[in-house]
Amino acid sequence: MKLTTLLASAAVALGLGAAAYADGHEKTKVGFVYVGPIGDGGWTYEHDKGRLAVEEAHGDKVETVYVENVAEGPDAERVMTQMALDGADLIFTTSFGYMDATINVAQKFPDVKFEHATGYKRADNVSTYSARFYEGRAIQGHIAGKMTKTNTIGYIASFPIPEVIRGINSAYIHASRVNPDVEFKIIWVYTWFDPAKEADAAKALIEQGADVVLQHTDSTAPQAAAQEAGNVITFGQASDMGQYAPFPRVSSIIDDWAPYYIARTAAVMDGTWESTDTWDGIGAGMVGIGEISDAVPADVKEEALALKAALADGSYHAFTGPLNKQDGSPFLAEGETADDGTLAGMNFYVEGITGEIPN
Amino acid sequence: MIRLEKRPQPSRAFSWAAPLLAVLATFFFGGLLFAALGKDPVQSILTIFWQPLFGEFSFFYRPQLLIKGAPLVLIAIGLSLGFRAGIWNIGAEGQYIMGALFGAGFGLAFYPADSALIFPGMVLAGAFGGWIWAMIPAILKVRFGTNEILVSLMLVYVAEQFLASMSLGLMKNPEGFGFPGSRNLQQYPSAHNAELIAGSGMHWGVVAAMIAVIFAYVLLTRHRLGFAVRVTGEAPRAAKFSGVNPGRLVLFCLGTSGMLAGLAGLFEVSGPAGQVTIDFNTGYGFTAIIVAFLGRLHPIGIVLAGLLMALTYIGGDIAQSQLGLPAAAIQVFQGMLLFFLLAFDLFTNYRLRTGRTEAA
Repeated sequence: MKLTTLLASAAVALGLGAAAYADGHEKTKVGFVYVGPIGDGGWTYEHDKGRLAVEEAHGDKVETVYVENVAEGPDAERVMTQMALDGADLIFTTSFGYMDATINVAQKFPDVKFEHATGYKRADNVSTYSARFYEGRAIQGHIAGKMTKTNTIGYIASFPIPEVIRGINSAYIHASRVNPDVEFKIIWVYTWFDPAKEADAAKALIEQGADVVLQHTDSTAPQAAAQEAGNVITFGQASDMGQYAPFPRVSSIIDDWAPYYIARTAAVMDGTWESTDTWDGIGAGMVGIGEISDAVPADVKEEALALKAALADGSYHAFTGPLNKQDGSPFLAEGETADDGTLAGMNFYVEGITGEIPN
Repeated sequence: MIRLEKRPQPSRAFSWAAPLLAVLATFFFGGLLFAALGKDPVQSILTIFWQPLFGEFSFFYRPQLLIKGAPLVLIAIGLSLGFRAGIWNIGAEGQYIMGALFGAGFGLAFYPADSALIFPGMVLAGAFGGWIWAMIPAILKVRFGTNEILVSLMLVYVAEQFLASMSLGLMKNPEGFGFPGSRNLQQYPSAHNAELIAGSGMHWGVVAAMIAVIFAYVLLTRHRLGFAVRVTGEAPRAAKFSGVNPGRLVLFCLGTSGMLAGLAGLFEVSGPAGQVTIDFNTGYGFTAIIVAFLGRLHPIGIVLAGLLMALTYIGGDIAQSQLGLPAAAIQVFQGMLLFFLLAFDLFTNYRLRTGRTEAA
């Protein structure tokens, strides 16, 4: 028998499984594919917290499974197929690099629902979801601009992709708005998680005079480097990194996937799941702002919280004109806000940032 | 008192028994590990070794063994030639990357042209990419006496930078909304290394691995060059007297292993992986070093070792998802297998003696 036939018959069997569930006999099975170890303290750790929240919310109506450290490419495709064969009803694939693999496997299993994080390819049974982390960057930029004494802010950037560039721009816009003299020093480390490289980058930035270090990488190594230096503040990334509070970590951006995962699992259970593209921010609770510690002056903290409230209720957009691009050409007119398409593909710096985006 | 005594002759029986004993010891101690983690040890080991081969969905996993095993075997065969002659290519990972970049670059340059010549051209380009990358340490060694271990290893990191640069720049998919990564070659029929029989896992990389195994076997047993490789490793002085040119041997061994690693990269990027991405390389070049030694540098042994490694990876992932075993426990389990193999291997050349040492 051909594989496609076999997979199809397996899919039919899964369809029967789902039908059995409708009678209340079988648990809904939810799979999670992770790119890192669940103990990374950042990206994968937060996705796994979302998985545990699904278990807690839906109790014995749900069964979750996961595989960690899955390389992008054929390994990811195999793990997803395996979960689908084992009867998963819903599979979350939590890395951008799983995009094509997710689409391929979804084609073979039309009755299984897939959710791909941070991608842009969808299908009838594939949704995408991501978070507006740049809203959190706006708050970081504000605090950083107010608190820097050397007017130098270091930024540990991972890969030159729109997601990261958006964060740099958002942080810079809000830092320079409260402190026009501020300067950004950006180091590209080409990794999401590598404590040694991140520590080196943090030290280099601190040596160049940065007294604020922002990071778009997931380890706590920059926090440790800042603690050692003594007079440098940092922000937790992906996870709260509260073990470095109240100083050097003065706040954080927290990925909170739990509400989304719980809601999507519920949608599969009651049969209302549909393919969608979700991009939620502070308002929907997907982006959390970790407690702003007492190392931040009270008035700055108050402003930051006001900014957070405005971003949450939609009365303020993090990319509001007037703004120019780095080369001086106009980007947004007075009062104009960036549309999602521009934000999703952002590949330029805003005016004032020095240096070039590598490619 | 227990001591080791060198056998006058290496034990043939032990060289066959060692892998079996190693597997049994791994089952036992791995079982203890899984039991300590609160999992049923028998079920855990069955999940890793039985399910992919004979379980309910083995029709899916068996072809996956070929997909996962082929690049390991292809690279390890090339490495084993050098290792036998005492020429240490540690940088297969870099040659694998360069093969993929050259091959994919060749294919992408013709996008969207349709021609039956594109894929063969990519194969040649891939082989060339791996070969030229291995020629750097080879020529430096022959010309200036540099250490090929260090040079080839360092070139892995250079290749990784090239890979990142290509994914973000030259080879970036122009229709990819600014995200890194090339076009998907699976969607470009002229450049796609598709399965030869749908659902079998057989792609050109598997065929190339089989040819390489046969080629290496014949070379080592029948050909003068194979003799030169073996004698250089076993008795360098004798090799000199028998007229082996060490420089040429270095060029041959590094070149061949680089070429095969490059081919593995090309077949992977144009087939199972499909894309040049920043994280394209997943460590096949390093794992192949283990495979080469696990297969005792013998072509047939390498095939078995490659399949065994592939099995532990695939079974390990199944065990993670079905039983909730952590990835780290699976890695420890794989480590045990290699550790016990090397430990039992000792007894091929040595035996245990108990009792007092005789007075002189």
